[in-house]
Amino acid sequence: MRQYEITFIIDPVLPGDEIQTVGKAYEKLLTNDGCQIVHVDEMGLRQLAYPINRRNSGVYKSIEFTTETGAVIPKIELAMRRDERIMRFLSVKLDKYGVKYNDDNRNGRIGKKPKTVSSGPVAKEEVKKEDLTLIEGIGPKIAQLLNTAGIKSYEKLAASSYEDLKSILSKGGPSYVTHDPATWAEQSQLAAAGKWAELNTLKDKLIGKISPASSEEE
Amino acid sequence: MASRDDIKFLSNPNIGKDNKKYCRFKKFGIKHIDYKDPDFLIQFVNPQGKLLPRRITGNSLKYQKKVAVAVKRARHLAMLPYVTDLLK
Repeated sequence: MRQYEITFIIDPVLPGDEIQTVGKAYEKLLTNDGCQIVHVDEMGLRQLAYPINRRNSGVYKSIEFTTETGAVIPKIELAMRRDERIMRFLSVKLDKYGVKYNDDNRNGRIGKKPKTVSSGPVAKEEVKKEDLTLIEGIGPKIAQLLNTAGIKSYEKLAASSYEDLKSILSKGGPSYVTHDPATWAEQSQLAAAGKWAELNTLKDKLIGKISPASSEEE
Repeated sequence: MASRDDIKFLSNPNIGKDNKKYCRFKKFGIKHIDYKDPDFLIQFVNPQGKLLPRRITGNSLKYQKKVAVAVKRARHLAMLPYVTDLLK
C-alpha cells in the first residue's frame, strides 16, 4: 500500500460551486480507480508567490490517498495537465514519516508551526507567561534574578518570605539592595488569584510611597 | 558601585564565543519537512529567496537535502518565490 498526496491550485476566477466540483471530480477519479481517500485538505484561497497565468491568487487543495499500485498517478496527472482550470499541481509519494506527519497534523499534534520549528521556544514562553514585572517594584532585571532563584510564578513569589527575597536581592549585587520586597507578597497573591483590578489600585497607592528609583528598574 | 551591567563595551563581547551550531531536525526529532508550510521553510532561504547554506543554518546533510527538496516543491506550488527581494 502506497500513500500519495496530490496538491493542486484551482483557478480562482471560476464561480464558487465550480471550484468545488473541480475538486470533487478528481476525488471521484481516484475512488473510481480503487484508491482510498485518506484526507482532503481544503487550503482555500491563497496569495501566490508569483503570478501564474496572470493570476495572483489561487484556490489550493490537497488530496491524500492510498493505492495498491502507482498506476493511477500518470492518469490523474494527464487529466490535470489537460484541465485548464488547474493552474499547477504536484503529486508526491509520502514516506512513513510523511504519513505520520500528516496524521499528527490533522489531529493537532503538530500544533502551531513553532512546534515543528523547535519545541524549545514554545516551552520557554509558557514558563515566562507569568510576568513578574507586573508587580510594582519588580523590573525585568529583578524578575530575571527571581527566575534564576527558582521563583517563576506569582504563587511562588507570594509564598516566599520577606527575608528570602531580601537575600536573593542582595546576592544579585549592590544595586539591588535598595529595593524593598515588602509588598511583593501581597501583590503577587492578588496576581496569582487573577484579581488584576485590585492589583492595579494597590499599585497606584504604592507608586506614591515608593521612591521613583526603586519603582522603575532598568 | 559599578556593577557589571554598567560597563559599556567597545566591541560586542559575544563575538568569539563558541555558540555551537546544531541541526534542529536532529535535535528536536523532526523527521518530515512539509512543503506546504512556507512559514517554516522561509527560515532556510535568504531575502532573495535562495537557499541558505548549511554553514549558516547548521542543518545536517541529510536534512539539508530534505529542506532543499521541500523548498523547491514549495516554489513550484507558488508558496515561495523563485526570485524576489526583501522576502524577510
